[in-house]
Amino acid sequence: MSTWRIARLVAAKDLRVEWRSRVVVNQVLPFAALVMVMFAFALDNTQLLTRVAPGLVWLATMFSLVVMVQRSFAVETADGALDALQVAGVRPGGIFLGKALALGAQLAVLQLVLLGAAIVLYRTELVAGGIVLLVTTYLAATTGLAFVGTLYGGLAAGAKGRETLLPLLMLPVVAPVLIGATRATEAALGTEGATPSDGWPWIGLLALFALVFGVGGTLAFGSLIDE
Amino acid sequence: MLNAPYVIGSYVVTLGGIALYTWRMLGQARTAARQVPPEDRPWT
Amino acid sequence: MTGFMTSPRNSPGTVAVLDRAPTSTTFSRVLGIATLVGIGWLVVFGLFLSPNDRVQKTGVRIMYIHVPSAWLAYLAFGVTGVSSLAYLWKRTRSLAWDRLAGASAEVGVLFMGITLVSGSLWGRISWGTYWTWDARLTTTAFLFVTYIGYLAVRDLGGTHQQRAKRSAVLAVLAMLEVPLVHFSVTWWRPLHQNETVENGKLSGLMLFTLFVGLIAFTLLYVWLVLHRQRVLTLLDQVDDRGLDVAIAERRNESVPS
Repeated sequence: MSTWRIARLVAAKDLRVEWRSRVVVNQVLPFAALVMVMFAFALDNTQLLTRVAPGLVWLATMFSLVVMVQRSFAVETADGALDALQVAGVRPGGIFLGKALALGAQLAVLQLVLLGAAIVLYRTELVAGGIVLLVTTYLAATTGLAFVGTLYGGLAAGAKGRETLLPLLMLPVVAPVLIGATRATEAALGTEGATPSDGWPWIGLLALFALVFGVGGTLAFGSLIDE
Repeated sequence: MLNAPYVIGSYVVTLGGIALYTWRMLGQARTAARQVPPEDRPWT
Repeated sequence: MTGFMTSPRNSPGTVAVLDRAPTSTTFSRVLGIATLVGIGWLVVFGLFLSPNDRVQKTGVRIMYIHVPSAWLAYLAFGVTGVSSLAYLWKRTRSLAWDRLAGASAEVGVLFMGITLVSGSLWGRISWGTYWTWDARLTTTAFLFVTYIGYLAVRDLGGTHQQRAKRSAVLAVLAMLEVPLVHFSVTWWRPLHQNETVENGKLSGLMLFTLFVGLIAFTLLYVWLVLHRQRVLTLLDQVDDRGLDVAIAERRNESVPS
């Protein structure tokens, strides 16, 4: 079986598990929305909220990413499914790409919800000229986050104390995405007079990030989950 | 000396940190060495 | 701390010496003495003999330990990366590389922490603030956190080979991550705080003191890593023996930094 076919099968399996269990829909999405509401409580200033909305959206994404990755690998380790896949001789690169694909799809839904929450709660307004940049930012950042999440999720899976280890390992790594995606989103939304042209260089960083961890993850995933 | 607390503080933190680490490391070595016979130490 | 289970194989005198300093050799003792002399020299020159800087006044004295600690931390993380690659490369695969990587990362984290503290104190004197979000400081803070995570992964358990492979991959990933972090924070905060001393002229004695510091800390690094990887070898052997006593003792003992 080709790596790509394995990836599609694994992704379809993960999405089917989610479709039947609805854990992300019923638990992670409400959690993300709750974080957005809590930010409003903490900052308590509408103007300030509008100003920092892009950063808060991405920060909420990072927190939710941790929860999502834990869910994605809880599915695998619960019945030793990951070990079974490995014993069956399934190529780890394919598992990695498949799980990243499924995670990316779920992240995309999450980000739509968060953006909607920002528009409703923080008075964020979309700018017609920035739509292309905004969509590109979301695509590039989501790809990078999905790769990193799968990579470090696999590393922490099956280890004792993984619940606390995952954020420690993953959050410093996704910091460039937080910086890059926030700046690009600010440019796309025109926050504080930024223009879309300010945002494109950051897309380069996000794309490079996704590329590095996509290639690195496909190559390294096998050694990481090898128990 | 001007700013003495800061200057001396930084020396204390640096040298104290090194000393504490070294002390704990050598203590750990002694504890571990009790269970490993001398012939299993490739550096001796 | 004296050995109650001293092995009866050797004469009591030998065993006592071995147990008091089980990771020492003649080379490491000589190196240790040289390091102590170097650090003593550094303290005397750094705190007393070297002159005040015209701009920084006494603040410059922090530089003599701050810059060498930073250098040492970067050296340590570099060694961790290289020895992790050496472990991953099949022809040089050996647990000795893994233990060198682990020992070096631990020393690196210690000195990165020291660098952050002494840097903050220096910043308080020269900039009036403990912290500024400039690219170099931010990258340093990220390195610190990243390698704390690396050390946590080393403690996850499993066989020595599992630990070695997992942590080696992580160290290589960290090497990929660091340029990305540096790149992003440099773009984020393009305005650098110029360090007045480094750009200005250092007097002869000041330069000499800094030089002494760099040498002393490099020796210190070699001494610490030499001992630390020997301790890690001992600990691995204790694990291999599977002694319940040993495991209980190790659990009671928290691993430093």
